[in-house]
Amino acid sequence: MKTTSRRPAVYGLMAEFEDPTSLIAATHGAYQEGYRVMDAYSPYPIEELHEALGSPQTRLPLIVLIGGLCGCIGGYALQYWVSAIAYPLNIGGKPLHSWPAFIPVTFECTILLAALSCVLGMLALNGLPQPYHPVFNVPRFALASRNRFFLCIESTDPKFELEGTRRFLETLNPREVTTVAD
Amino acid sequence: MDDPHRAVDRGVPPVIAPGHTFGTVTDKISSIVLARRTPLWWYAGFGFSFMLTGLLLVSLTYLVFKGIGIWGNNIPVGWAFDITNFVWWIGIGHAGTLISAILLLLKQTWRTSINRFAEAMTLFAVASAGIFPLFHTGRPWLAYWLVPYPNTMNVWPQFRSPLIWDVFAVSTYATVSLLFWFVGLIPDLATLRDRSQSRVGRVIYGMLAMGWRGSAHHWYRYETAYLLLAGLATPLVVSVHTVVSFDFAVGIVPGWHTTIFPPYFVAGAIYSGFAMVLTLAIPIRAAYKLEDFITMRHLQNMAKVMLVTGLIVAYGYLTEAFIAWYSADQYEGFVPLNRMFGPYARVYWALLVCNVVVPQALWFKRVRTSVPILFLISLVVNVGMWLERFVIIVLSLHRDYLPSSWGSYSPTFWDWSTFVGTIGLFLTLLFLFLRYLPMISIFEMRTMLPEARVEE
Repeated sequence: MKTTSRRPAVYGLMAEFEDPTSLIAATHGAYQEGYRVMDAYSPYPIEELHEALGSPQTRLPLIVLIGGLCGCIGGYALQYWVSAIAYPLNIGGKPLHSWPAFIPVTFECTILLAALSCVLGMLALNGLPQPYHPVFNVPRFALASRNRFFLCIESTDPKFELEGTRRFLETLNPREVTTVAD
Repeated sequence: MDDPHRAVDRGVPPVIAPGHTFGTVTDKISSIVLARRTPLWWYAGFGFSFMLTGLLLVSLTYLVFKGIGIWGNNIPVGWAFDITNFVWWIGIGHAGTLISAILLLLKQTWRTSINRFAEAMTLFAVASAGIFPLFHTGRPWLAYWLVPYPNTMNVWPQFRSPLIWDVFAVSTYATVSLLFWFVGLIPDLATLRDRSQSRVGRVIYGMLAMGWRGSAHHWYRYETAYLLLAGLATPLVVSVHTVVSFDFAVGIVPGWHTTIFPPYFVAGAIYSGFAMVLTLAIPIRAAYKLEDFITMRHLQNMAKVMLVTGLIVAYGYLTEAFIAWYSADQYEGFVPLNRMFGPYARVYWALLVCNVVVPQALWFKRVRTSVPILFLISLVVNVGMWLERFVIIVLSLHRDYLPSSWGSYSPTFWDWSTFVGTIGLFLTLLFLFLRYLPMISIFEMRTMLPEARVEE
């Protein structure tokens, strides 16, 4: 792959588990052992995993709030500008800035931009779409979307050491431990 | 929270039949999509629906060629089948969003087996709905004039008009429903990518799954996004039919100009939507042998939702008639009399039988546990809700203030063919969905299994 970078040819070590409880126990164990650069893979969302990995809170709600506010202000401003400045229609002397009539469209614009920023924000923070990822080099990883659970300690972790980490992972009672090629 | 693993102890039918594991759930649902052999009845159903879609194409082509004079609408009945069908379809869509968003926020675990195809139903219903106002403009190729954009004519849309609110509400609803549906599909698309035997399948599902790998970091943001989307879709779904009802309530036509319209329309939408979900779910679960996943629990719960919303709708009818009398306005007072005893009286009484009388059978447990009767009631409610929109639209317009300007309306062949054609389009899209995408959310079903429980 990238020969110029200093990244080692090994992406990490992956341990396979049969049930969610062992995966969470293993993740806790790895965290206590001092590993930080790791990821757990499961066929459905498991709340406890995020905690066990010790990862920070997501900024997604803030992104959605900003998106929603942009939609709200933008939607209202558009209607005000159109109805009062760009194309004023005097109908029976009624006020041009008729704010109650502007509420439905303002509301819809708020929801639209909030929802778009929610989905695009989630994909962007997750780094998707991602055409290639090393974990897919492990043939058994196809089961991560069916019924198996995986813990991968990545080689960029300062504590990572091919032999030592493998020995540590073996102590967690995995089904098997595989080296993930980069 | 209603714990799916414990409800069974209380004598409630389970949401998933016992004995399933992550593997069996995944295999059962994905095999429907990945099976090489398509069942014969699928071809028959798809072929028939596609024929009706052909009828839609012919009707629309002729409409564009001749103009909307081929429909029966004429002053004073300027809105008829087109808007009736539009409101009917949009209303049907509402159940999908209600099931996927509101029941998610309320932690109703039974929604899991039905949310995916109910959301698909929403999308296809909105697509069918959109055709009507688009072609009723007469010049659908100029429909983009509804969107505010800088143009050489120097004109802008009128933002005080409910018709423009409708454009924003329906297009936002379509977009957000699509996003919600697609986000829910991503992990299942990854499952299909990993399980597909054919190269084409792997490539297509792989591209759609966008490299999803089930990482815990991803799941965490994914769950946050899904919950936020549900929170956004909830007020949205209520707003859409409210705005649709404003199309009428903001006008001054007797029978339209009432404040009960927004809540009454929203309840009616949910009512008709659940009826449609039942109409679709009952044959689908039988055809694909999905009784383990769409259990009696789901059918009974949907029947209960139908009963409650049906009562709200019945209350709406009562309020309409009462306020018409209480207003002491002779034009308003004439509306219910005209409905009950006027030229379209049969339609009104049929509506009351379909929407108010027949669904009362749902009070009885024996009815709620009988699949064929539930199916029949759901069909009756679908018809009833269509008649309701016809009554609201045509019966209010055909006799308003001045008797000299009264008129009448009867549908032409092209009115019917366009309507039947959209049913064909809806079913065609549904058949394609059933064949090519997982109709039940696989990853959410996994979370409901006993083995998903994390032991302390």
